[in-house]
Amino acid sequence: MIDKQVASVADAVAGTADGATVMIGGFGGAGQPNELIDALIAQGARELVIVNNNAGNGETGLAALLKAGRVRKIICSFPRQADSQVFDGLYRSSRLELELVPQGNLAERIRAAGAGIGGFFTPAGYGTDLAKGKETREIDGRMYVLEAPIHADLALIKAERGDRWGNLTYRKTARNFGPIMAMAAKLTVASVHEFVELGALDPEAIVTPGIFVQRVVKVARTATGPAGFRQAA
Amino acid sequence: MNAPTFEKRTRDQMAARVARDIPEGSYVNLGIGLPTLVANHLPKEREIFLHSENGLLGMGPAPAAGEEDYDLINAGKQPVTLLPGGAYFHHADSFAMMRGGHLDICVLGAFQVSASGDLANWHTGGADAIPAVGGAMDLAIGAKKTFVMMEHLTKQGQSKIVAQCSYPLTGIGCVSRIYTDLAVIDVTPHGLKVVEIVPGLAFDELQRLSGVPLLA
Repeated sequence: MIDKQVASVADAVAGTADGATVMIGGFGGAGQPNELIDALIAQGARELVIVNNNAGNGETGLAALLKAGRVRKIICSFPRQADSQVFDGLYRSSRLELELVPQGNLAERIRAAGAGIGGFFTPAGYGTDLAKGKETREIDGRMYVLEAPIHADLALIKAERGDRWGNLTYRKTARNFGPIMAMAAKLTVASVHEFVELGALDPEAIVTPGIFVQRVVKVARTATGPAGFRQAA
Repeated sequence: MNAPTFEKRTRDQMAARVARDIPEGSYVNLGIGLPTLVANHLPKEREIFLHSENGLLGMGPAPAAGEEDYDLINAGKQPVTLLPGGAYFHHADSFAMMRGGHLDICVLGAFQVSASGDLANWHTGGADAIPAVGGAMDLAIGAKKTFVMMEHLTKQGQSKIVAQCSYPLTGIGCVSRIYTDLAVIDVTPHGLKVVEIVPGLAFDELQRLSGVPLLA
């Protein structure tokens, strides 16, 4: 019997190698798999390359991983936020490499990796500093930039419900990067708040089919908190 | 110098002016900052689909105090609501909506717009500034029409409409229309065409304040 559920978050991230490229889902706090990130900190892998939309908020989750000194490079679209002090300090002191990618190019580069695409021409970023040195091409009178896929060794994503085959659904805008990161990694680990019997998820409504998921771990539900902006006092 | 005979549009008046140009049935993305105000001025009876690039369409207003759900946020990571009929989707689909030309209008803030519609709005280029681009470049080139909302002049009184952007570019030739606190200006193949000026401001005075030649 196939059962992708693992017993603990430690089992979920076991085997992560030093130097691994790790995709971490989330847009700010929504969809950020904090329990899996904490397990990765405890697991101890170093020199990681992280792919995320942001670069951590406050002192928890991705920010804690950065603060623990485990990350060599981050590939993201929007690192600077009101509460990105951990990233800001590391970046300013040149202890963290940054590859800044327009958000839609980031999403499509991840999707391309998952879909077996070797690269794609996009109009986003053409003529800007973020396309410097990249191949360009005119197609039907419009200018495009060649962008490469981003593959990962590991994806850590937060889903809402999952079953033993790894089928997943998400909650509201916490979906964000989960479905495409699940496709782009050699090993995808999903945390879920509810682990359900096979057949309990409506097949018409499964967002990530289990083929893209290798490990599922149940974590207790905690309310997602605010992140990414300065709260009014 | 004489006291000015005109009044600049307030931020809310600028937002109301932009809202007038958004027809029923439009798919619209409102950028972070000033453009967010436009939502407050869309008439309730006009059905408009608001898109937020983190993955929702049919975005509703902010929730009541105490009702915030931080799994339901907008591109600025502020809590929002979803209207009946609204939908969630993943990031690649969300940016396909932009890049694929499915959005009718996006409204963006700007540091500078050039005479040919180049946009600079993501980075001041300062040596010690930490860059962050987000969806700015995708938005700028994706929608059928890109509206810019900005003050006409910097705090130092320099025109933000320029011959060539001095700040790093977000997109080339992507701006359709500029809404400032002084005027509404279309970017056309022939140059910048003034559509409307705030009452009491003469065209010649607007031209004097602007960094590039304007068409009446």
